[in-house]
Amino acid sequence: MHAEICEDTVILNQWHPISSTDDLKNHKQITTMLLEEKITCKKNSNGKYFVWKSIDIKKKLLPIKIAYGYLWTSLGTPPTDLFSFPEFYEIDRRNVATGVFGVNISAGRTIENFLDMGHFPFVHTGVLGEEPHTEVKEYDVSICETNDEILATKCQFYQPQAAVISSKGAEVDYIYRIPHINCAILYKSSPVDKKRQDAIIIFVQPVSQEIVRAHTGMCIIDDKSADKDIRLFQQTIFGQDKPILENQFPKKLPLDSRAETPIRADKSSIAYRRWLSQKGLTYGVIPSEDNNLFEVM
Amino acid sequence: MKLALSKWFPVASISDLPYRHIFQGQLLGREYAIWKADDGNINIWENRCLHRGVRLSIGTNEGFELKCQYHGWRYANRTAGCTYIPAHPADAPARTICNNTYTCQEKYGMVWTCETPIGDVPDIKGFKSFTVLRPIPINSAYKNVRNFLSSKEIPDHHMLRSKQTEFWRFKTNAGNLLSLVIQPQSGNISILRGIYNLKTTGTEKLRVLKYYNSLMTKLRDEIESQHLPKLHERNPKISKLADDLSQFPTLSDQKHNLRVSVSEKVKLSDNIVKLKLKSIKKQLPTFHAGAHIDIVLQNGLIRQYSLTNGPGETDHYCIAVKIEKHGGGGSKIISENISVGDIMAISAPHNSFPLLRNSTHIIFLAGGIGITPMLSMAKAMHSMRQSFELHHFTKSNDKEAFSHDFASFTNKVITYNDLSINQSLTTIKSLLKKPKFSNKIYVCGPGEMIQNAIKIGLEFGWNESDIHYEYFKNENEIHKNSTFKIDLARSAMSLEVPSGKSVLQILKENGVNLVSSCEQGACGTCKVRVIEGKIDHQDVFLNSLEKEGQNIMLTCVSRAKSKRLILDI
Ligand code: FES
Ligand SMILES: [Fe+2]
Repeated sequence: MHAEICEDTVILNQWHPISSTDDLKNHKQITTMLLEEKITCKKNSNGKYFVWKSIDIKKKLLPIKIAYGYLWTSLGTPPTDLFSFPEFYEIDRRNVATGVFGVNISAGRTIENFLDMGHFPFVHTGVLGEEPHTEVKEYDVSICETNDEILATKCQFYQPQAAVISSKGAEVDYIYRIPHINCAILYKSSPVDKKRQDAIIIFVQPVSQEIVRAHTGMCIIDDKSADKDIRLFQQTIFGQDKPILENQFPKKLPLDSRAETPIRADKSSIAYRRWLSQKGLTYGVIPSEDNNLFEVM
Repeated sequence: MKLALSKWFPVASISDLPYRHIFQGQLLGREYAIWKADDGNINIWENRCLHRGVRLSIGTNEGFELKCQYHGWRYANRTAGCTYIPAHPADAPARTICNNTYTCQEKYGMVWTCETPIGDVPDIKGFKSFTVLRPIPINSAYKNVRNFLSSKEIPDHHMLRSKQTEFWRFKTNAGNLLSLVIQPQSGNISILRGIYNLKTTGTEKLRVLKYYNSLMTKLRDEIESQHLPKLHERNPKISKLADDLSQFPTLSDQKHNLRVSVSEKVKLSDNIVKLKLKSIKKQLPTFHAGAHIDIVLQNGLIRQYSLTNGPGETDHYCIAVKIEKHGGGGSKIISENISVGDIMAISAPHNSFPLLRNSTHIIFLAGGIGITPMLSMAKAMHSMRQSFELHHFTKSNDKEAFSHDFASFTNKVITYNDLSINQSLTTIKSLLKKPKFSNKIYVCGPGEMIQNAIKIGLEFGWNESDIHYEYFKNENEIHKNSTFKIDLARSAMSLEVPSGKSVLQILKENGVNLVSSCEQGACGTCKVRVIEGKIDHQDVFLNSLEKEGQNIMLTCVSRAKSKRLILDI
């Protein structure tokens, strides 16, 4: 595939995650790809971070932000603030970076998969769901005007092993937040403290329109499980999603409502596609008004 | 790539389609999921699930249905109609969600397809018997391979001139024939396929395969080494969905517009006759387990019968009819006046008794001929390897009638012959004694049996929503003496329903074509959502929870208690 220069200001002006700060500890300098641009990041001995386009001999610095365990940068003019995620800073929580996964698919498809409960029994069989308990009950979706984020609440799904201690299955409650076009956070009642919720994050770095690096992490109350086991769990889950994602066609996310068949269970993804459309995003998606693109690409 | 759309091309070898496999083929850039159903039918479908675009070739071939890997949607053999959406087990997919299918023919050990066929796959002269050679993919455009074949001498073979420009024929020095055909897989990839005109076996076959494998590989290497310019690769067109799939489901018009011919009429017992109905022209529409059809009989009578088909049996419909000696005449006509070869008008299947497959276990209770919808359900459960038990209360002279349908799951069926009412009640009590999490009850049979089963179930603590039933008829008396107004929310119409007429009648008179079937409040086909108003329910279809909910009504019998109803149509 030949590299194209990204001209979509909607995506250029975002903050993008490029590396967990954990990963940078052991490297003096790393390179990665963002929107088809090779970029270099460096942490100096004083703990300061620097990011620049690799081809730029003058090494003009790009804007950076350290937040939620990640180093973020932007190729355009990013907003002053990143979305809020207060749970990350609660002192009794553990933040575990559970791995970064390269996937041959667009960022939009990756986020949609993260929001989707309907696939649990078929893709995460025996872990997050199990046949015949396949029903996706009605849930609420809203767009929060003040922070411009999508919120899906009252989500419920049957999970075969709701907690490590119980062998029986039970309905589990979920809340999904999409505070950024390529980031989502899932809240799920904590097996340790019923009143509080564990958070699972996915921050997607668009390498190109059809390739991503998905950064995942957990922000949990549990103080027993070893980091290694938590990582192993998340990696199993993502390992099950990856082959499905890579077999979706087209790889870009179609925003036209006639491109695919939505059902009620897909309410959150319909809201997400609409939200992206309204923002005028064109990168990594097939915009709805552009019929030609969809018919003969 | 304007390459004649009316030309047939091979897309797979028959040997690519072993039992329950799904093969991924490609032609002119379009990907296909190619699979053979257990009845031998070969399906060529667009390789893309209609839901979220996942390749169907990574799904599973369930024998008569193909199941998508992502959310488990199931598509029927032949029609490619979606039969089940697991995320919403209570809704039969109301809209016709149908994948794109492509014509398919089997010939010369290969599977052939064509976008807009004129005629059949052509005969290749001299190939009455044959051995299919191993196909060789070539990294070069169709045109290049074609030019190469027509200009190049193949060692030890002489090209035979022929009018069929798609098939190259060669004579070997020994006097046998080789034919080559090119499959344009995508812009820059072609597949060279060949057949040899002798049927070979054993070591001779191995020798032939080896010989041609190396010959065709040499051709490939030569073509690829020419470094011909690459074409600009284009992706195939993905057809958009029909408008109605992306919007509110529209009201389909009710017509008994399918024509079928009776292909089999078999006496299953003294009182029960089975009819097998085959479509005359068109493919029959997809049905869901528990569906029924309307049949128009010679004297204009319309009767409803449940389909007894198993999943994916889409080339015919099967019904079983109980001959009532003193019945309403429908069954008599079927037993006396209908014979094999007759043409009948039927409706598309109505799916108002859906099978909820999200249960850990289902107890089916069937009384007499009430077994019919359950045959289809039990077959679906069995093919999905889900747990169930089927109890059939019947008369001893009918007891063998359905043994053929039960054949693959006899261990799950218990038949009770000639029980008295009291004996039946005791049996049902013992069966329903222990409600369990995620178990469900399905009942169908005489009205009294259904009422009793519901009562017993509730007494033992079953949730009402876990008891499902279908009445054959509504034995309640139905009054028509109220007057009220209906407002149609989506069609922006306001209508008056006078006493003596039903809501359904008024809707039809005003051009609102709502689908209905039994028209006596039993089958549920004519149900609509009610947005506002108090409903006077008179049907036997909705359970008491649904009736209390006051948001669904059957328009054929139910009326209003308030002055006005707002309907969601
Ligand atoms: S993509 Fe096939 S079932 Fe959802
Ligand atoms: Fe998943």
